[in-house]
Amino acid sequence: MSEQQTIDALTRFTLSRHKDRPNVRQYAEKIFTDIFELHGDRAFGDDAAMFTAIARLDGIPVTVIGQMKGHSVNENIRANFGMAHPEGYRKALRQMKQAEKFGRPVITFIDTPGADCGVGAEERGQGEAIAVNLREMIGLKVPTVAVVIGEGGSGGALGIACANRIIMLENATYSVISPRGCASILWKDPSREADAAKALRMTAADLLGMGIVDSVVDEPEGGAHTNPDATAVALKVNILENLRPLLEKSPDIIYNERYEKFRKMGQYNIIE
Amino acid sequence: MEPEQNPENIELTTVCPKCKKTVAQNEYNNNLKVCPHCGSCARLTARERIAMTTDSFEELFGGIISANPLEFEGYSEKLARLRASTGLNEAVVTGRAVIKGQPCMLAVMDSNFMMASMGSAVGEKLTRLFEQAVEERLPVVIFTASGGARMHEGTLSLMQMAKVSAAVGLHSDAGLLYITVLCDPTTGGVEASFAMLGDVILAEPGALIGFAGRRVIEGTIGKKLPDDFQSAEFQLQHGFVDAIVARKDLPEKLALIMSLSGGQPAAQDTTDEAESEGGAANE
Repeated sequence: MSEQQTIDALTRFTLSRHKDRPNVRQYAEKIFTDIFELHGDRAFGDDAAMFTAIARLDGIPVTVIGQMKGHSVNENIRANFGMAHPEGYRKALRQMKQAEKFGRPVITFIDTPGADCGVGAEERGQGEAIAVNLREMIGLKVPTVAVVIGEGGSGGALGIACANRIIMLENATYSVISPRGCASILWKDPSREADAAKALRMTAADLLGMGIVDSVVDEPEGGAHTNPDATAVALKVNILENLRPLLEKSPDIIYNERYEKFRKMGQYNIIE
Repeated sequence: MEPEQNPENIELTTVCPKCKKTVAQNEYNNNLKVCPHCGSCARLTARERIAMTTDSFEELFGGIISANPLEFEGYSEKLARLRASTGLNEAVVTGRAVIKGQPCMLAVMDSNFMMASMGSAVGEKLTRLFEQAVEERLPVVIFTASGGARMHEGTLSLMQMAKVSAAVGLHSDAGLLYITVLCDPTTGGVEASFAMLGDVILAEPGALIGFAGRRVIEGTIGKKLPDDFQSAEFQLQHGFVDAIVARKDLPEKLALIMSLSGGQPAAQDTTDEAESEGGAANE
């Protein structure tokens, strides 16, 4: 990963949200076979910003979930630029629960600027939908692998990312807030975006170093969009490497390991 | 309630932060900082809340304080300044409490400390509170108030949402009761994690409760939002809180819910059950 040192955080953030960056549907088609897409949350509607399907990964039945970003204006309007509404999180949860029922591992693909911030989302309980997903996803008794393929935007990303293993593509980012948002709020100066991107430690290399991410998958020179096929092949290998050891474990161990993984996160001091 | 212990405070009146009308300080304090003119509930310090809510309180995990894991510019200085000015170690106070005879684990967030944002220390204290509650088979009561995740700790603060929510799940799976009282303001990553996971979710009248910031939403939709958007009343109407409870009634209602959910028998025979069903009945 020789590029890791030379590309600054803001450039990676820009790459992570590049308009041609492969989306969940493209990766799904290259990584899985027998894909059957499933729709709806059974309560309000079908959120096109959240892709959910059943499929096979190297022969293993799995559930696939991910935020969907579009490549054209029409696609993006339909998918709301990857910003899911509460019904999207509830749709994802429905599929996670079904995966648990049928013993399918869950593979999630994270690619969102954040959860939708509109009136309807508030009226339908965006916070509640994400909160329930966090609790329930950590409690699942089947193996889970989350892959940050693009933009890991805050709570909207975390809502489908509480997995046993967390993988990031080399140029993907994962942050509590966008660099611009951080610079605006903390320094009242959105032009300090680059400083904020660096300070937030949002790159794959940063997060691997902090123990939040388990493995990082190299991208082709120039970014994933320059060679989606090669990126998908590398990603598939890495997903399988992370998933296979989990398949040997009992449901209780899978849950306990996931609980302990998140339990350890955080750095604080103790005084007396 | 006793007036604030502040010998230097010689002002005899105060101004309601909401309606800006003048109120006699004594009257305001005796009314639990609820404005007699407009009824709005002023934000309270954790100490004030604990004093007006509990029969007794023993602080736990008070030594857990924030580090500066990302070496974020200005963060250490800000923490030091706030520790000195607020007398708090962190944005949440956690401990073992008794509320009207009902033992529980209690957490109170204090918005005077970095808008009670959640970093690693807040996440750790809350997680330990739930784990301790499982060990002692006690309910958990949390008074939430927060601007959300603490961005000075980057993705580590985001992970606290997952960590605390996991502990909520552990506590729930043990068959134990969790009550949240949503106070002004409960937003962002705190709203989108443990605040909305209570078995019973109460709110103070008029509290701001929501996921996204008001200005963010107004920026997205390009118009002004109505005043009551994201209020406690809005959340009740949309089905996301069980009941709005007046500040003076909170201890009694918390104790009632605990006594009806596996806690101690009620201290006195309480027949007023209307409040706990009010949320559903109003809609």
